[in-house]
Amino acid sequence: MADTSHAALKTVLHAAHLAAGAKMVAFAGYDMPLQYQSGIMAEHLWTRQSAGLFDVSHMGQAFLIGPDHQTTAAALEALCAADISGLKPSQQRYSQLLNDEGGILDDFMVTRLPSETHDGTLYLVVNAACKDADYAHIEARLPADVKLVRKDFALVALQGPLAAAVLESLAPGIGDMAFMTSRTLQLGDIWVQASRSGYTGEDGYEISVQANDAPTLWDVLLADERVKPVGLGARDSLRLEAGLCLYGHDIDGTTSPVEATLAWSIQKRRREEGGFPGAARIQRELRDGPARKRVGLLPEGKLPAREGAAIETEEGETVGIVTSGGFGPSIGRPVAMGYVAAAHAIPGTRLHLVVRGKPLLASVVPLPFVPKSFVKPAPLKEPA
Amino acid sequence: MTTRYTKDHEYIRVEGDTGTVGITDYAQAQLGDVVFVDLPEVGKAIEKGKEAAVVESVKAASEIYAPVSGEVIAINEKLPDAPTFVNEDPAGAGWFLKLRIKDASELDALMSEADYKAYLETIS
Repeated sequence: MADTSHAALKTVLHAAHLAAGAKMVAFAGYDMPLQYQSGIMAEHLWTRQSAGLFDVSHMGQAFLIGPDHQTTAAALEALCAADISGLKPSQQRYSQLLNDEGGILDDFMVTRLPSETHDGTLYLVVNAACKDADYAHIEARLPADVKLVRKDFALVALQGPLAAAVLESLAPGIGDMAFMTSRTLQLGDIWVQASRSGYTGEDGYEISVQANDAPTLWDVLLADERVKPVGLGARDSLRLEAGLCLYGHDIDGTTSPVEATLAWSIQKRRREEGGFPGAARIQRELRDGPARKRVGLLPEGKLPAREGAAIETEEGETVGIVTSGGFGPSIGRPVAMGYVAAAHAIPGTRLHLVVRGKPLLASVVPLPFVPKSFVKPAPLKEPA
Repeated sequence: MTTRYTKDHEYIRVEGDTGTVGITDYAQAQLGDVVFVDLPEVGKAIEKGKEAAVVESVKAASEIYAPVSGEVIAINEKLPDAPTFVNEDPAGAGWFLKLRIKDASELDALMSEADYKAYLETIS
């Protein structure tokens, strides 16, 4: 029953996890904390009511460095459908690397670093399991004057309604940061790059830090009684309740951003101009609607439907598949996401999720399952 | 009354020809927070080593195997509303099902409590 296999790679916080009594699990080649002693349920609920601290140093961090913003942005825009050139300094966006068929190679966060110090530099955070393939894909397609530079920074996330208050005590003013913006600042005496974003549906920050400073930062944050460490188990249940995609499960090389209901991440200029991989399919799906769509699924009863469960109509016709499913601790019942044929994607549609041969009645529901608690985004226009 | 254990961390508490099946404290700690237990129907014949129930924790579904063959004569009706019994009291209120044991000699292949404790030492 217990997976005793041990992964080769360790983050710089590995010893801290072991010292805290974490149960470790192999994830994307890393030996990562699945949960600490209080367990997934308690860690999940703590993050929704206070502040959870996550080690996500296994994720890939890199800089794209070119001579000026427009050159670097154009290089990245050739690989994804977001408006990168329109990013303001310190602004962050979510996007996806696309294949030529408009399928998703990975999803990532991109931040334009401040012009005064880093003109022409974009900061990328990509998925751990995809990072080597992403870097190879990007490097093979960059113009000569733009370079990809891998960084071995650590990355921690502080997530939850009290995250801002916790960080305010270390860096006064950090609570004023707008959602999806980034700032270089000191937490105590440690320099970090903090962005107001996350993967839980809560307000919070992702904090990039020099690897040798990370253990100190981890301890400083945990010294606050409002903060507890949270493992990958609760990270998964939190993002599922928040309706956020997990790469390799809810999105992959066959799913387009439109099918995945990520069209919000394709800004107007790019929709109109195209010029990204798979533009023909994606523009067609934007215009005509996709053949299948990612939806929220709320099973009746208490039995969870997991990834891979078939989705059928009440008459038994197969119309889709569950891509993530489990128990939602904050709503106290099972939750799932999956793809269904567009005709069955309307909220309120009743479907069957087939679990061990048994049809479970479920309803299509809007995502997320829990309301998002983000702070306001940055104003779209510069003040006059 | 004796209790026998499997290497997969199920227990069977034997009283006459009846066995009460559940998972050990070690197993519940490994599984984490139990949110549902999918139990068989009363009357079902289950076979030694084959799936008897499925425990759903927050993170995963885990199959529970029958320690011996037999017919399900009762299931723990309280578990659907109180799955946390499995974590809090696996040997007591967190039991899964009762079997009418088909062949008592199958019990001989299972571990005694002392053997199971020694076995835990070897895997932890």
